[in-house]
Amino acid sequence: MSDSAFAAAFGLVLARDPALVEIVVLSLRVTLSAVVIACAIGLPLGAGLALARFPGRGAVIVLVNALMGLPPVVAGLVLYIVLSRSGPLGDLGLLFTPTAMILAQAVLILPIVTALTRQTVEDLWEEYREQLISLGSSRGRAIPTLLWDARFSLTTAVLAGFGRASAEVGAVLIVGGNIAGYTRTMTTAIALETSRGDLALALGLGIVLLAITLALNAGAYGSAQLGARLAGRGADA
Amino acid sequence: MRETPSILPLRLEGVGYEAGGRRLLADVHLEVARSARIAVVGPNGAGKSLTLRIAHGLIAPSAGRVAWSGPAASAARAGRGHAMVFQRPVLLRRSARANLTHALALHGVARGERRRRADDALARFGLASLAGAPARVLSGGEQQRLAMARAWALSPELIFLDEPTAPLDPAATRGVEDVIRTFQAEGVATVITTHDLAQARRLAEEIVLMHRGRVVEQGPADCFFTRPQSPEGRAFVAGELLW
Repeated sequence: MSDSAFAAAFGLVLARDPALVEIVVLSLRVTLSAVVIACAIGLPLGAGLALARFPGRGAVIVLVNALMGLPPVVAGLVLYIVLSRSGPLGDLGLLFTPTAMILAQAVLILPIVTALTRQTVEDLWEEYREQLISLGSSRGRAIPTLLWDARFSLTTAVLAGFGRASAEVGAVLIVGGNIAGYTRTMTTAIALETSRGDLALALGLGIVLLAITLALNAGAYGSAQLGARLAGRGADA
Repeated sequence: MRETPSILPLRLEGVGYEAGGRRLLADVHLEVARSARIAVVGPNGAGKSLTLRIAHGLIAPSAGRVAWSGPAASAARAGRGHAMVFQRPVLLRRSARANLTHALALHGVARGERRRRADDALARFGLASLAGAPARVLSGGEQQRLAMARAWALSPELIFLDEPTAPLDPAATRGVEDVIRTFQAEGVATVITTHDLAQARRLAEEIVLMHRGRVVEQGPADCFFTRPQSPEGRAFVAGELLW
């Protein structure tokens, strides 16, 4: 790989090239929206799964764990069929829109957030169970208590979801269509520009993607450590 | 003044418990009257903690029954008129005050009243200056006193204390015993498990000796310590009862 490609890439980043900025902003919008949706559903769902006892619970846990490895292209394909004009949700006209991309990423990371939350909350429930029952708490009422007290550990679940979403290319390519200026994200643009031979833009996007991921992880880790210290926990968040 | 009917006396009637094919408790009878001061003593594995957990409603007995007075349905659940303090206090990862307001919220205390009642409890047990401190960074003795303040804030008629001073040094033990005496002075019934005969003598008027899952002797503390009736009682008071 030539040094000139790296130099051009850094040039684009430093110059805040409008095309590059547009792609970065859309990517962050899609990914963060997907993370918010997945957390809104996955955190209580995972906690509920940790505490609930019902026939087939083991099978549900296995399924959720297995879905963590759901191939993005398969998820994208299924969503494509559902959202396509002849599909059950075709009338909504969502195919090839950022909303479809948000849905695709949310579907992909929901099992990650749910499974990691289930494990974290189940471990904490072991520690808290007798005390919370002694205080008169039901299992249902224990869910918000456990989610709040596990908040530093759950940062990892949220970051894992963000990491999967931000690095994802297959599903958003299928349901977004990689339309310039509308549904083109960092990952789909990197794939496209590489195939076109524009390594400078591809590298520039790669640098931004890595920098954002690193900054978010560092920020989350620092916040979790600080919060854990303030809350009086020996922090390994 | 208490508005609801008393949940005491509590009666354990022929309570037994089996797990994994092993009988851990058999035919335990115990009565806890209003303002009772009972110490359950015995060697490790005697079934003391298990008895408290069953009485408190954390574990269902395999045999017999736990009979509360008054509206039985409301007292059968842990946290309704009776509280428990564990050997290792489990405190939430939040401030000392928030640990109390959380417990009060579980009991349906109105939001506006929670902080006042929490602060009252903290002040009552010398923890007012630590109200905003993270509960998990308090010393072992402070954590146990906080756990007891949390129990007290719920205005129980009966508190089960499962070896509350076992991991503490003598000074912290004294502090916790002072808290227990405060409960007792206010008429709260206490049932404490302990290995420490001196502590049982200090805190209890009635002794229940357990051995191998059974109650082998039960009676006034003075009699138990001066004239134990059973061979196990005599051996235990002499420091010779081993598993």
